[in-house]
Amino acid sequence: MSGVQLLFFFFAAIAVGAAINVLVQKHVLYSALSLIVMLSAVSVLFIFLRADFIAVIQVIVYAGAIMVLFTFVIMLLNLPANEDGVDRLRWLKFIGIPLGLFLLFLIVATLWNVEPLGATRAEMVGSPKAIGTSLFNDYLLPFEATSLLILIALVGAVVFAKKDL
Amino acid sequence: MIEYLTSRDFIILIIKIVVIFGAVMNVVGLLSWVERKVMARVQMRPGPTRVGPFGLLQPLADLLKFLFKEEVIPLQANTLLYIAAPLISLIPAFLTFAVVPFGPSLQVTDLSVGLLFVFALTSLGVYGIAIGGWSSNSKYPLLGAMRSSAQMISYELSLTLSVIGVVLIANTLSLRELVISQNNTWAGFIPRWNIFVQPIAFVVYVVSGVAETNRLPFDLAESEQELVAGWHTEYSSMKFLMFMMAEYANLIAVSSVATILFLGGWNGPMFGPQWLQMVLPIVWFTAKIGLFVFFYVLLRSTIPRFRYDQLMRFGWKVLLPLSLVNIVVTSFVVAIT
Repeated sequence: MSGVQLLFFFFAAIAVGAAINVLVQKHVLYSALSLIVMLSAVSVLFIFLRADFIAVIQVIVYAGAIMVLFTFVIMLLNLPANEDGVDRLRWLKFIGIPLGLFLLFLIVATLWNVEPLGATRAEMVGSPKAIGTSLFNDYLLPFEATSLLILIALVGAVVFAKKDL
Repeated sequence: MIEYLTSRDFIILIIKIVVIFGAVMNVVGLLSWVERKVMARVQMRPGPTRVGPFGLLQPLADLLKFLFKEEVIPLQANTLLYIAAPLISLIPAFLTFAVVPFGPSLQVTDLSVGLLFVFALTSLGVYGIAIGGWSSNSKYPLLGAMRSSAQMISYELSLTLSVIGVVLIANTLSLRELVISQNNTWAGFIPRWNIFVQPIAFVVYVVSGVAETNRLPFDLAESEQELVAGWHTEYSSMKFLMFMMAEYANLIAVSSVATILFLGGWNGPMFGPQWLQMVLPIVWFTAKIGLFVFFYVLLRSTIPRFRYDQLMRFGWKVLLPLSLVNIVVTSFVVAIT
């Protein structure tokens, strides 16, 4: 086994272990921290795919920005460790199983059709310039729609914060 | 794999890592002396003078003192996270130096997205403070951690947005290429540094840098008059020292990125024989970092602390719009030329 493969399995194991830990931890803060570890490990996997830009953005956006807000809220609320709020949502289990199977099907179907990219080709796809070009040319409409969604969420947050505006 | 581990490239890489890490480690220690001495001079005091010449061995004495102090872990604290927090703040702070080019050949690795890598590490640095404050399970640390998280999220925005103008001009994210893009001169003697092209970005970056490193006048997280010592109130001994080291390492990291982005990195007058030409870039780079560090220490000793609402208002209503306007104007200029 080559060194790169060894490293890949090391970080893949961390990612899977942390993902399982997110689910089994009783304390919600531990779950959030495991999620940070998982996201960072996944960003290392992106580096193996030569997508440096996505790897770094993954850390900045998810591990750095979104999860900071998560932990911030969890710490402020200071929830007790064994809150039994799960039982009320028992019916979700019956929807969860078919939805989970559907997601699994989607992942398997996608991975089935993946063709491995050559190293040089991967570099062309993963560079900041390539991502920017395709984002602002081929995917301009979804990009603008997303920004509109974020704007709506922003306005909603302001309305919540200042009710007597 | 074995061939690589014994190859010349790998050994040179290891030497570079050891040299840079060792240098930063020592400078971090020395910075505590610089800070005490400069602040003392500003306040008309002599500062440390007893240990060694000019008190230069004071950091060493402090280190020994910290090592022998009693290690206190509060009874109600969350032990695992309490121990992990200093490490979580120390590791990202030191990892930054993996991409900082100290000279044309003295750089551990040149990532194509080096600048973003630095910001990713900066954004992870807040966890050390947040977790440290929360796991102490005490009111002052928690308040400090809350303030610090809110402050770092707010100022990270303007910090990141302020450098986009520079990136637009240089057309690269690699720190090495950013330095190389500034090595020309205008009219033969004015260095082509980004500080002259992007003065607004420079000011926004330097101000947000103070907030990111949690130093006065933005040290609301520590704020000893209201919060005892803020998020590290409960910490003692080596763990406290590690938080201090992380703060100083972050200070050097912010200063080096400012040097790379705005002051032309290692660029400077070149003269003399071959060996001098090898050393000079590192000397220029270090001197420019020293300039920033000196400025930050002076800032700490002269300007009083902001109030929390002033801090937030300044970040969101002054710095963020300024950096956004800067991006728009720079984009227009870059698009036209």
